[in-house]
Amino acid sequence: MPFLPVLLWTDILIYLLLSVVVASVFYVRSRPHLIAPWKFVFQKKRGVLSIMVLMCYVIIGVMDSVHFRLALPSDEQSNTQHYSTEVLTVLDVLVKPVRQQIEKTYSSPFATHLFMKEMQQLESGTVSFDYAKLKHAGSHLENEQDKGADIQKTVIKSTSYALFIWFIAVIAVMFRWTKKYGQSWKQVANKLRLGQSTYPLRTLLLMLFILLVFASNLIALSVDYHVLGTDKVGQDVLYQALKSIRTGLVIGTLTTLVMLPFALFMGIAAGYFKGWIDDLIQYIYTTLNSIPGVLLIAAAVLMLQVYMNNNPDSFATIAERADMRLLFLCIILGLTSWTGLCRILRGETLKLREAEYVLAARALGAGGLTILHRHILPNLMHIVMIAIVLDFSGLVLAEAVLSYVGVGVDPSMISWGNMINSARLEMARDPIVWWSLTAAFFSMFTLVLAANLFADVVRDAFDPRMQASV
Amino acid sequence: MSSALLEVSGLKTWLGKSDKPLRAVDGIDFTIQRGETFALLGESGCGKSMTALSLLGLNPSPVSRIVDGEVKLAGQDLLNLSEAEMQKIRGRRIAMIFQEPQSSLNPVLSVGEQIGECLELHFKLDRKASHQRVIELLESVGIPDPLQRIKEYPHQLSGGMKQRVMIAMALAGEPELLIADEPTTALDVTIQAQILELLKKIQRDTGMAILLISHDLAVVAQMADHVAVMYAGQIVETANRQQFFQQHQHPYTDKLFQALPSEQKRDQRLTVIKGSVPVLTQDFKACRFVDRCDHAWDLCRTTPPEWIQEDEHGVRCHLFSQNADVERTMLPQTLYSSPLSEVLPSERNVLTVQHLKVHFPIRKGLLQRVVGQVRAVDGVSLSLKHAETVALVGESGCGKTTVGKGILQLVSVTGGDVNFQGHQLNGLSERALKQHRSSLQIVFQDPYSSMNPRMTIKQIIEEGLSNKQFAKDSEAKEKRIDELLDRVGLRAEIKHRYPHEFSGGQRQRICIARALAAEPNVIICDEPTSALDVSVQAQILNLLREIQHEFGLSYLFITHNIAVVNYLAHRVAVMYLGRIVEQGSRDDVLHAPKHPYTQALLAAVPELDLTPNEEVTRLEGELPSPANPPQGCHFHQRCPQAMPKCLESYPEHTQLSASHEVRCFLYEESE
Repeated sequence: MPFLPVLLWTDILIYLLLSVVVASVFYVRSRPHLIAPWKFVFQKKRGVLSIMVLMCYVIIGVMDSVHFRLALPSDEQSNTQHYSTEVLTVLDVLVKPVRQQIEKTYSSPFATHLFMKEMQQLESGTVSFDYAKLKHAGSHLENEQDKGADIQKTVIKSTSYALFIWFIAVIAVMFRWTKKYGQSWKQVANKLRLGQSTYPLRTLLLMLFILLVFASNLIALSVDYHVLGTDKVGQDVLYQALKSIRTGLVIGTLTTLVMLPFALFMGIAAGYFKGWIDDLIQYIYTTLNSIPGVLLIAAAVLMLQVYMNNNPDSFATIAERADMRLLFLCIILGLTSWTGLCRILRGETLKLREAEYVLAARALGAGGLTILHRHILPNLMHIVMIAIVLDFSGLVLAEAVLSYVGVGVDPSMISWGNMINSARLEMARDPIVWWSLTAAFFSMFTLVLAANLFADVVRDAFDPRMQASV
Repeated sequence: MSSALLEVSGLKTWLGKSDKPLRAVDGIDFTIQRGETFALLGESGCGKSMTALSLLGLNPSPVSRIVDGEVKLAGQDLLNLSEAEMQKIRGRRIAMIFQEPQSSLNPVLSVGEQIGECLELHFKLDRKASHQRVIELLESVGIPDPLQRIKEYPHQLSGGMKQRVMIAMALAGEPELLIADEPTTALDVTIQAQILELLKKIQRDTGMAILLISHDLAVVAQMADHVAVMYAGQIVETANRQQFFQQHQHPYTDKLFQALPSEQKRDQRLTVIKGSVPVLTQDFKACRFVDRCDHAWDLCRTTPPEWIQEDEHGVRCHLFSQNADVERTMLPQTLYSSPLSEVLPSERNVLTVQHLKVHFPIRKGLLQRVVGQVRAVDGVSLSLKHAETVALVGESGCGKTTVGKGILQLVSVTGGDVNFQGHQLNGLSERALKQHRSSLQIVFQDPYSSMNPRMTIKQIIEEGLSNKQFAKDSEAKEKRIDELLDRVGLRAEIKHRYPHEFSGGQRQRICIARALAAEPNVIICDEPTSALDVSVQAQILNLLREIQHEFGLSYLFITHNIAVVNYLAHRVAVMYLGRIVEQGSRDDVLHAPKHPYTQALLAAVPELDLTPNEEVTRLEGELPSPANPPQGCHFHQRCPQAMPKCLESYPEHTQLSASHEVRCFLYEESE
């Protein structure tokens, strides 16, 4: 085999999560009362925009979650196949040029020379103290003065590619529309232009255009240049920003996955059974809530660190080690963050258990479990939904803060927190190295903004009180 | 006319998008004279509250907008005023009181502060004068001990007191017009009577006009000088009180009167209005009532009727226009209500309740120690015969709903016996109870909250069936569901839809179908019609009567609506503060009430007749707290005939006749 698949723990959980999402999409599609709020989400411009941005992130994140180890050139003597200790992902393969074009140290975006002067020996033998030429970026240029023209040419070319793909997409959308409603192309084009469709198709196509242009330019330019510069060890910052996406998404989603069972189970149990169970659960979450979260996380991460140092054999590669720490961070973040949702669910269950349809079910002879899963749980799901989406952006930001403090993900794992952490030392430098921080900032900002907008729309759609006013 | 205070013409308030507006208020004209009470009558959703809000420019924005019309207050057009100018009108010249006193008072401000705020907005008063005025106002709305009350917060007041405070706030600006939006709907009859009395007194004293918005014909009969009936965003009839109650003309008005349950209609089905209110988003090309009208003919389907005014009596109906088919107007009222013989209960008891007690512990302090008991139900004895309807009547908070839940073992019973067909139900484990569960069913008051919104109608009804013989045979199960839906007058196709797609009346039918699915012997009806409009209530009452006939069901009918009791019940039990004070056949209790409470309760029920009501004894005060019931007879504080003895001990049962018993010392002595 030319490669050995590597299944990291977080990968498994991500696949699990994806399959749950796909399954629930199918489940929801057949139920009109469940699909109604989602239709509302897709009918909002904000909803469509944020979903498109989030999808870009998710696609990158999922591609970055397919891990494998490449085969090493086989040895003549032995028949055993050896694999590289470096764990790669599909994303790594796709962005190979960006990953492999490593410079010596800092270089600013679109630069052709290093950021710092250094001693170098010229071909003539003389030694000069100057900005060294970069190994990869702009190496195809014959004359450095051509850089501007070259960039311009690439931009024009890739933009026209993007335009072409976009036109195909527009034609496809219009074709479907004409087929579906039997309207002429002219009518459809007119309606599209005026934005007269049930779903905001115009917004969708405009956003698609922006994304296509952005992506094609980024791809074309990053082959020849370091679009976002390089960091201290010469690694492309764009590559780091892309790799950080998975870390952020894993923290944002898996943490929720960890805390959800706790919150659901404890919240419903406390609300439904009341009495001493309620007292106990309330006691647990008030206690947990009064311990500073950072303290708990720091203690847990340090304990894990000690364990990993004592058992180095358990981890075949650095990636596995880093992954274990990431998973542990998710778990511990989950353990400290279930209390909020639990409290809300308890309150709602207290209300629901007195609802007349629950009383009616009891009068019909339904048992406790039937009532819980038929009457109470389905009526809590909108709260869970809203909580998940709202928590997501908070968790992505929490990762950045924790890594900055030093109790976050493994230092070898690329994440926004680590990017910020390593960039902070350069803030005092003159001239300032600004691109690392900026790249981390914008890629995180876009994700969190999209997630927040999405959460807003989801809340509007699922919150019954909001619906009443619509 | 010079004395016209408020003239509304062509008012249109539309909701929603401009390309497909919901015409909530669609061209309304009326005039209110100074000092008169003008009633706007209509069923829910006909646009009466939206009209009131539009008058003050308080209609929800940007959801709704006033698209057309004129509102003139003593000649001044209100709709052209700026928001700042409007604020000087609101509260000062037109004041408004709302249905729900609970949510209309700010819970963090004391009564004095809230009324003082209203004064500050409109008058320049120093603190002392303002304080003085607040006390005057509280006195004028009949709040005892205003010096004390002024410092209290809304949660310390009862519902009736809150409504009085609301009225005091409205009076603070000395308005010329008071808009009362269902002012007594959330209150009990005895409190309702007090509040209506108060409004009349204030009107006599200050000469202000009242725009009364109500769905209750009886309240309107008591209060109004002029009545306008609204239907689907339009006024269909206006008349003065006399004409309205004696010679109403519009078929809709007529139906409303006929749909009211009463004793005289016991042997027939109640008239129902077929169909439902039309969707208001359409552009009406016909009479809005055409689909539900018995008199409709071709003209009604092609041309919307014009407004026909004759003296003070106006009506929007083709029947009264000059080119109307004379024969049609002469057409006798087609009554398709066939006589329905009374259900005769058998002598066999299905359910007997002996000394039922349900107490809720009050816990306080760190260790949640029990410091007292709320005696919600305190020794209730009842019996229910086969195919009998027993009505349990009382004010809210008297424990009647808890009796129902206690019988079903939905709350834990503190003491007493519930005996159902020879089996004692209380004390059984949940598992042992299961085999009796399906024989006792309940239908709740609020059809909106009594069905799980996440389940289809089929799933909801299936719940009642699931532990029956249909466990395996899914085809038979489907068939049974179809049968049940058909029985309650719904089409079987609807079973795959969700509760939110149905109206209140339809939902209540589904709830009844669910209860029937379990094949019960007893159904406890907990105010099943009080959340419904009169015409829908008639449908449900008819249905309940029919299925009682068909299945020989026994009903425990919990209600506060005396008219419904009169129509449906065989026996009546009157509850006061956790105990039954009087119990007997319907005739005994409703026509010859013995207990002073029953007498007062019946006197408080507004009557439809127009005879100016003679001074009846109005019940003072309100229901005491069941956590701390008064010593002796619970009723002695409010009883006009209290004796020293009443303060000492609770009276025992006195058997007046074979079917009539009462707990009052007045009758014990006469033995």
